[in-house]
Amino acid sequence: MPALPRQRREPSGGIKFVEMSNRKTKSNILVRAESLSQVQRILRERFCHSTHGELFGVQVQYKHLIELLKRTAIHGESNSVLIIGPRGSGKTMLINHALKELMEIEVSENVLQVHLNGLLHINDKIALKEITRQLYLENVVGDKVFGSFAENLSFLLEALKKGDRTHSCPVIFVLDEFDLFAHHKNQTLLYNLFDISQSAQTPLAVIGLTCRLDILELLEKRVKSRFSHRQIHLMNSFGFPQFIKIFKEQLSLPAEFPDKVFAEKWNENVQMVALSRITVSRPYLTSADLMEAHQLCSMDSKANIVHGLSVLEICLIIAMKHLNDIYEEEPFNFQMVYNGERRIRYFLSGTSLMPENTNVLIDYSPEFQKFVQRKAHSVYNFEKPVVMKAFEHLQQLELIKPMERTSVNSQKEYQLMKLLLDNTQIMNALQKYPNCPTDVRQWATSSLSWL
Amino acid sequence: MPHLENLVLCRESQVSTLKSLFGERHHFSFPSIFIYGHTASGKTYVTQTLLKTLELPHVFVNCVECFTLRLLLEQILNKLNHLSSSEEGCSTEITCETFNDFVRAFKQVTTAESLKDQTVYIVLDKAEYLRDMEANLLPGFLRLQELTDRNVTVIFLSEIIWEKFRPNTGCLEPFVLYFPDYSIGNLQKILSHDHPPEYSADFYAAYINILLGVFYTVCRDLKELRHLAVLNFPKYCEPVVKGEAGERDTRKLWRNIEPHLKKAMQTVYLREISSSQWEKLQKDDADPAQVKGLSAYSHVELPYYSKFILIAAYLASYNPARTDRRFFLKHHGKIKKTNFLKKHEKTSNHLLGPKPFPLDRLLAILYSIVDSRVAPTANIFSQIASLVTLQLLTLVGHDDQLDAPKYKCTVSLDFIRAIARTVNFDIIKYLYDFL
Repeated sequence: MPALPRQRREPSGGIKFVEMSNRKTKSNILVRAESLSQVQRILRERFCHSTHGELFGVQVQYKHLIELLKRTAIHGESNSVLIIGPRGSGKTMLINHALKELMEIEVSENVLQVHLNGLLHINDKIALKEITRQLYLENVVGDKVFGSFAENLSFLLEALKKGDRTHSCPVIFVLDEFDLFAHHKNQTLLYNLFDISQSAQTPLAVIGLTCRLDILELLEKRVKSRFSHRQIHLMNSFGFPQFIKIFKEQLSLPAEFPDKVFAEKWNENVQMVALSRITVSRPYLTSADLMEAHQLCSMDSKANIVHGLSVLEICLIIAMKHLNDIYEEEPFNFQMVYNGERRIRYFLSGTSLMPENTNVLIDYSPEFQKFVQRKAHSVYNFEKPVVMKAFEHLQQLELIKPMERTSVNSQKEYQLMKLLLDNTQIMNALQKYPNCPTDVRQWATSSLSWL
Repeated sequence: MPHLENLVLCRESQVSTLKSLFGERHHFSFPSIFIYGHTASGKTYVTQTLLKTLELPHVFVNCVECFTLRLLLEQILNKLNHLSSSEEGCSTEITCETFNDFVRAFKQVTTAESLKDQTVYIVLDKAEYLRDMEANLLPGFLRLQELTDRNVTVIFLSEIIWEKFRPNTGCLEPFVLYFPDYSIGNLQKILSHDHPPEYSADFYAAYINILLGVFYTVCRDLKELRHLAVLNFPKYCEPVVKGEAGERDTRKLWRNIEPHLKKAMQTVYLREISSSQWEKLQKDDADPAQVKGLSAYSHVELPYYSKFILIAAYLASYNPARTDRRFFLKHHGKIKKTNFLKKHEKTSNHLLGPKPFPLDRLLAILYSIVDSRVAPTANIFSQIASLVTLQLLTLVGHDDQLDAPKYKCTVSLDFIRAIARTVNFDIIKYLYDFL
């Protein structure tokens, strides 16, 4: 992904979506269709697949990195460095750029690269096999059995020595998701790599990429002491005008684009879009599309889920909200919600039949039953198992969560739960809820200070 | 695509979004797409139909079926293999134990001729189960395009929102797409779509209207509603078939079907009886009250003393220990319920659930409620043990605590009242919450 800075955690997919929605044009000019297809191809590749994009604003860090790599490749110096930056700040792109430039230098013909990833190589054994594979030393190792990790690794590096046994090929290790390697047992791989980089047998460059700022605390003492403590930080501190500049550059078509006229017009439009809301003909980007895309990216997903619940489930959520308000966030169980719901609805009907002792189960008193059947509240008078099914549906959607793991011995109705929505979310969702019955809405907004 | 519109109703905008995301065959697409929405909102159906109609190379895997890492990865690889080499017949099954092997095998399989230049789609259904598998699986799939350096897109389908998936240290954010729930109009349209050809569309639409009127406030799940619609339609048509009412006598038809639907809510909807039992019921026109649902079977016939043991256990679970004196001693004196106590008992014991009690207390209560003299024989103790086996009582605490076992009573109030009625015991009088 290109190093587009993000103010929030949203993918650059917003921009992607925009161009897609415009492709429904029925262009009758074949050339135009071909151009559009090309545009799509170029931009999609640039956004989705390319790890060789342009770099923005990281010149200092880039210089630092390339210097380091050159020292290893050309002068045979061993080095280690960590590149730290939030997700999507361009760490992978930075190192790929640097490696590409390095390989173009004449002297670096015999530089070897090993790329490891913390997600794939989840323990040291797999990592070692991968190193063997990437150094093309599988045949050399054959069926040898090694006593320890260190032996194995030093054997591999020995095998890289050139004919006269004095100079060894420099190896560059790139460790992606470096923090995951720190969770391996004893951090053996890291220890050995850093150890070799300090002991100057083979020129080794270890480059770690991580998103965790506290990575040094994860390292063991012996590993930390062998690390050179060199860190390169990629903090995206772009201002808005720079952001616009990057946006324009990213979306502009390159100079080699076959249809020159089209490319010119496209680039012109991109300049305008960033500044105004002019409506243009369909094949080009408009700012309205950008707004639409932004809407799509910043939806509140919990509100969406609440939107799709049935009325009974909404009533349950409101009952839980009231319980939370009254009892100050103490956990509740289904039985409390079921009885509390009826008690509260009983109150709302405006009757003064409230008995003295509020602990009594009201649903067993004959007056309550008669009352419920008399008024039109019978539409909400569901059987307990039906309400239980709705409650379980809420649990399946993870809107409520049990406080502790379900054990076989406890009954479902009495298990303590917690509501994972807060009051503002519930009220906002209720506003948007389609065909919300008025008395349900009234119930939600009523305050229960009398209890 | 007109053909597609007939297959997929009420989902035009989602289909067009997906189509524009996919783009042309050889174009790159998003590394990962996350589609969420309620059950039966069409996520699986739309994705599958779209991929099949557009004939894009795809692999469809269900994470409930492939609940371990190995099953999941091997199924993806083998299905891909079949896609790429459909002419050669059965090739060898690929085995794969770790995600690293998967990435390497994947790179190999996708160099096949038929898959080379196109985007390969991997669809993971019920993706919420991925969270419980190995920790590197979800971030790995999100980045699959980058890790394998191939043109692949992974699509996640789930009921749970994306925020609950995100790993702690972050990951490559997918494109999040929401499939909105069906509105009541949409539901009507979709349900009316599968009307049997013998009857007119209006007739069926009126029926669906009635059905939604009864069930919509409880359940908006399309699958459940379709099931109920199919099951209850013969009953609805009965007056028309018998000649008692015409197709347009809506009131008569409504009066006929409404109690039936209400009964369905308590039985078939809750899965108390199976749909074949329900159909038999309709055909034989038997009295619906005679049907025994699943929960009816929980009323077992117990021997005389077992009933009293159960009653005693219920009293022990739901009455606080200090009130035993008042209920069970002949001459107890008055217990003052001070205001202090009342204020702190905000919730009754019936809301909190049963509390554990020691065996001694159970026996003490038992002796006081049974009229005749009961000797503490092995008979009584074995009856207690069989109540535990029936799960009417549960043993709380360690199994090896032989001298002072603690129990809990796990039956509901209705159940115990029914039992107490059979032995002429007024249990309400002895319950603290009903004082």
